[in-house]
Amino acid sequence: MSSPSHSLADPGTPGRKCGTTGLGVCLDAQRFIKLNAVCGIVFLLLGGIAALLLALTRWQTIHLLPVDWFYRILTFHGINMLILWILFFEVAILYFACTTPLNARLFSRKVAWVSFGMMLTGAVMVDYIILAGQADVMMTSYLPLVAHPLFYLGIILVAVGTLVAVFNYFATLYVAKRDKSYTGSVPIVTFGATAAAIIAVVTLLHGAVVMVPTFTYSMGWTPQPDPAWYRLIWWGLGHQSQQVNVCAMVSVWYLLTHIVLGSRPINEAVCRTAFVLYILFINLASAHHLLVDPGVGATWKIWNTSYAMYLAVLASMVHGFTVPAGAEIAMREKGYTSGIFGWVTALPWKNPAFSGTALSLVIFGFLGGITGVTLGTQQINIIAHNTLRIPGHFHVTVVGGTSLAFMALAYYVIPLIFQRDFIFRGVARVQPWIFGIGITLLSFGMSFAGSMGVSRRSWDIDAQGVYGPAAHLWLGVLGIGGVLAFLGLLIFVLLCVGTLFFGPKIQDRAMADWGTPPALAGSSPGSLAHDHYATKGTMVLTLVFLACFAVYYFANWKALADVWPVR
Amino acid sequence: MNNEPKKHPWQKLLDNTWLLLALGVLIPVLSYTVWGWIELVLTKPALLP
Repeated sequence: MSSPSHSLADPGTPGRKCGTTGLGVCLDAQRFIKLNAVCGIVFLLLGGIAALLLALTRWQTIHLLPVDWFYRILTFHGINMLILWILFFEVAILYFACTTPLNARLFSRKVAWVSFGMMLTGAVMVDYIILAGQADVMMTSYLPLVAHPLFYLGIILVAVGTLVAVFNYFATLYVAKRDKSYTGSVPIVTFGATAAAIIAVVTLLHGAVVMVPTFTYSMGWTPQPDPAWYRLIWWGLGHQSQQVNVCAMVSVWYLLTHIVLGSRPINEAVCRTAFVLYILFINLASAHHLLVDPGVGATWKIWNTSYAMYLAVLASMVHGFTVPAGAEIAMREKGYTSGIFGWVTALPWKNPAFSGTALSLVIFGFLGGITGVTLGTQQINIIAHNTLRIPGHFHVTVVGGTSLAFMALAYYVIPLIFQRDFIFRGVARVQPWIFGIGITLLSFGMSFAGSMGVSRRSWDIDAQGVYGPAAHLWLGVLGIGGVLAFLGLLIFVLLCVGTLFFGPKIQDRAMADWGTPPALAGSSPGSLAHDHYATKGTMVLTLVFLACFAVYYFANWKALADVWPVR
Repeated sequence: MNNEPKKHPWQKLLDNTWLLLALGVLIPVLSYTVWGWIELVLTKPALLP
C-alpha cells in the first residue's frame, strides 16, 4: 500500500534513488516526464520537417512548395514548433521541477493522465486538420480567416490540458510543503519553473478566452468576434506562451551549469527577484504585436512595450550575467584561474549539455535579446513590422535559445530518467554546434533580408519585382542555415530515439560522464563566494554585450531617420 | 518559543507562491488585457469617406 505522504523520504512512497545524482525520483513523475518528452520530440521532428520545406521555399532560387502548401506548411510549422513541442517538453520540465528537487512525489497520477490525454488528442486533431487543408490560417489564425472547427477545438484541448498539468504542478508544490518533503526555500530551478507555471496560467486563460468564441463562431453558433479584439487576446496566448519558454529556458541554464560545473547562483535573492520581474512584467511584451494596430493608443503601446517591459528585459540581463558569473566562479574555485578568460577555454565544450547551454545563452542574449528590445521600440518597429526581421528575431530566442536549451537538457534527461546511456556519443558532441550555427545563419539571413524590406509570410518576392540580388543572397543564407539547423535537429531526434531503443541500460550505476572539468591542485570550493572581483571575465563579456546593444540600437535609429531624410 | 530565524519581507514574498501567482495574473491582465480591451471598446467606428 502506498504512503499517504507526498515526501519521497517516507517509506512506501513509489520512488527510486538516482544512481548518478543520489536524488529521489518519483516513479509517477518519471512516467509522465517520459511521455511528455517523447511527444515533444515527435512534434519537434514534424515541425522541423516543415521548417526545412519552408526554408527551401523562401530560398527563392529553389522555391520548393506551391503556394497553397506553403501557407499550409507554415501553419503546421508554427503550431508544432511554438505550441506543441514547447508545451509538451515544458510539462515534462514542470513534473521534474516539482518532484526531484523537492524530494516529493507528484500530486496526482490521474490528473496527469487527464492532462496528457487532452493535450495529445488536441495536438493530433490540430495537425490532422491542418494537413487535410482545412486550416490554412497560419498559426495566428487572425479573423476573418476561418478554419475548420477541429482546429480551434484542438487548440482549446491542448491549452486546457496544459492548464491541468500546471494545476498538478501547483498542487504538488502545496503537498510537498505540507508534508515537509523539503525545508526552507525551493531550489532556484523549481522557483524558475514556478515562474514559468504562473506565466502559463495567464497565457492559457487568454487562449481559452479567445479560442472558445472563435470555435463557436466556426460552428455557426455565434457571430464573428471583433478582429481587433481577437488580435489583442490572441497575442495574450501567442506571445506569452513564448515567455513561459524564457522562464523554463533560464531554469535549464541554472540547472545544467550546476550539474556540469557545480556552479551556484552568485546571489540567490537577485536571481529570484529577476524571475519575479518576469512574472510581473514579461507578459506585457504581447503588445509588441499590436504596435501598428489602430485600435489601441500610443500610451498603451509605449507603457506596455517600453516602460513596463524593460523591467523584464532587466531580468534577462540579470540572468545573462549571473549564469556565466556562477560558471566563472565555479571554474576559478576549481583552480582555473589563468588570466581573464582562462576559465572559458577550460570549459567542457565537448559536453553537449554544456555547449548547448552556452550556445543557447549567447544566441538568446546577443542575437535574440538585442534584436527583441530594438524591434519592440515603437518608433523603430514601424520599419520592421511584418518584415522577415521579426521571424529573424524569434528564431534566435525560441529556437536558438529555448529549443537548444531543451536539447541540452535531454542529454541528461534521457540517461537519468529513461536510464539509458546515449549512443553515438561523438556525434552528440557536435550536434548542438551544428544546430546552433544553422539557426544563427538562418536568423542572419532573415534579419538582413528583412532589413531590405522582404516581408514575412510571403510565398514569392519576385512577383513584386523590387528586390535586388542582395536580398536574394540573404534568402540563400536563410536557406543554407535552415538546412544546417534541420540537420542538427534530425541528428538530435535520431540520437534520442536510437538511445531509447538501443542505448546501453543504466540500472544502479551512474550514467556515462559527458565530461566535467576536474578540480585542479589547490582548488578551494566556496572560497570566492563573497569575492566581488572574481567575475571579471563575465564583466568584460557584459561590456562587450552592452557595446553590441548600443551599436545595433543606434544603427536602427539611423535607419529610421533615413526613411525621412531632412536635407 | 519560535527559534526560526526572522525572514526578510522580500524573502517572504519570494517564498509565497500564491501571492506571486495572484500578482502574476493581476498585473498583465490589468495592464495589457483590460486596458487594451477598454481602448478597443472606446474606439469609434471609422466613417467611410
